[in-house]
Amino acid sequence: MAKPIDRRTFLRIASVSLGIGALHRVAPAWAASGASDDTSRRLKSRNGEAVTPFTFVQLSDMHVGFSGPPNPTGTRAFERAVEIVNALPKAPDLILFTGDLTHDSEDQNERTARMQRFLEISGRLKVKTRRLVPGEHDAGLDGGALFREHFGNSSYAFDHKGVHFVALDNVSRALPEVGPEQIAWLQKDLARFPPTAPIVVFTHRPLFDLKPEWEWFTRDGDQVMNVLAPFENVTVLYGHIHREDIQQSGHVRHCAARSLAWAFPDPAQVAEKKPLAFDPGRPFANLGLRTLKAAPGAHPRAATIAMDEVELTLREHSGTDGIAQLLRPSTL
Amino acid sequence: MGLTLHRSLAVAAALAVLAPLAAARPEEPAVVEITAKRFQFTPSEVTLERGKPVVLRLHSEDVTHGFYMKALGIDTVIPPGRNTDVAITPQQPGRYMVICDHFCGAGHGNMHMDIVVK
Repeated sequence: MAKPIDRRTFLRIASVSLGIGALHRVAPAWAASGASDDTSRRLKSRNGEAVTPFTFVQLSDMHVGFSGPPNPTGTRAFERAVEIVNALPKAPDLILFTGDLTHDSEDQNERTARMQRFLEISGRLKVKTRRLVPGEHDAGLDGGALFREHFGNSSYAFDHKGVHFVALDNVSRALPEVGPEQIAWLQKDLARFPPTAPIVVFTHRPLFDLKPEWEWFTRDGDQVMNVLAPFENVTVLYGHIHREDIQQSGHVRHCAARSLAWAFPDPAQVAEKKPLAFDPGRPFANLGLRTLKAAPGAHPRAATIAMDEVELTLREHSGTDGIAQLLRPSTL
Repeated sequence: MGLTLHRSLAVAAALAVLAPLAAARPEEPAVVEITAKRFQFTPSEVTLERGKPVVLRLHSEDVTHGFYMKALGIDTVIPPGRNTDVAITPQQPGRYMVICDHFCGAGHGNMHMDIVVK
């Protein structure tokens, strides 16, 4: 019978952040013993090991409280998205909200009412694990005070089944920026992870100069990307631009989600930043949500994150279509 | 009379020294006043001359606004209650959209003006 690995050897191996898969290759006899289960748990806790498959959802820019020509239906698109998520064949593990949960108001009481309305609608989700970041409408005028009162911290991190999630706030400083303190925190937060650790950053504004003239950028986004540069598997989920957009930059995939309020056009096609016109025949056109699936990659500590964009549709009501469907009382 | 001639010569000599200096003193840059108020800049368009220094004198009538256009080297905030001066010498002709990048309320997203450089 092969001799189990001794503690000194284990610590030397663990100190170079080898994953549990590599340890199994290095010390198969040890791996076959019961000691490997405890080690696996400890490594998972330290390094975000062992990606196991799970699904999650991104919802963005519902602008609760907004009503105007681009979206006269109020929160109906958001409510429809909740129905769709609740009806998914496999319930996602968690829901990420990437900001502009509410539409800004100068009336503080109205702002509070809108945040409470958001909580009421999102409370109908069967999935109870929800993580949020603010948009500028939620936090830009008061440094995020009301957001934190209702939703907690605007910047934080957590691990889920081998994937490290980071919530970045690039709106509470009023300017489109993350700020030096948060960047320093991010650097410290990521320090414990190997370069192959799968990382999902969720934030509101794009972390690169997508279209600065439309305020689709983050002033210190390049500094954030420098902190993320050593990592080989980074997905950035964001909102703000009210349209789906996916761009790859090195190891980083930047993925903007559709809004649940109104859509913006492609800035490469038009000069003016003007919402797409509301279509009564297709009241939820260009609005939607994103479902994501994380699964182990080819590498023991790698992950693949696949995405599906779900454009909102209306429930089928025979004899009615378009906006007429929305005039029926909600049965939620 | 000798003293008067002496004084006249001294004044003439002084003028001869000072006149070229006066001619060499750079022209004071033009000042362009721009007002920011939710959710627009006034005027909405300003035309500047390439290579000519100008001071954009910014003033907010309500809350803090931003004034940002990277290509022109413009990046400032406009707090209410005082003037904020931005000195630029635009080099490249073109039309530049300057945005408010300091969130100022619900209509912030479309608050911008154009600077045209000819």
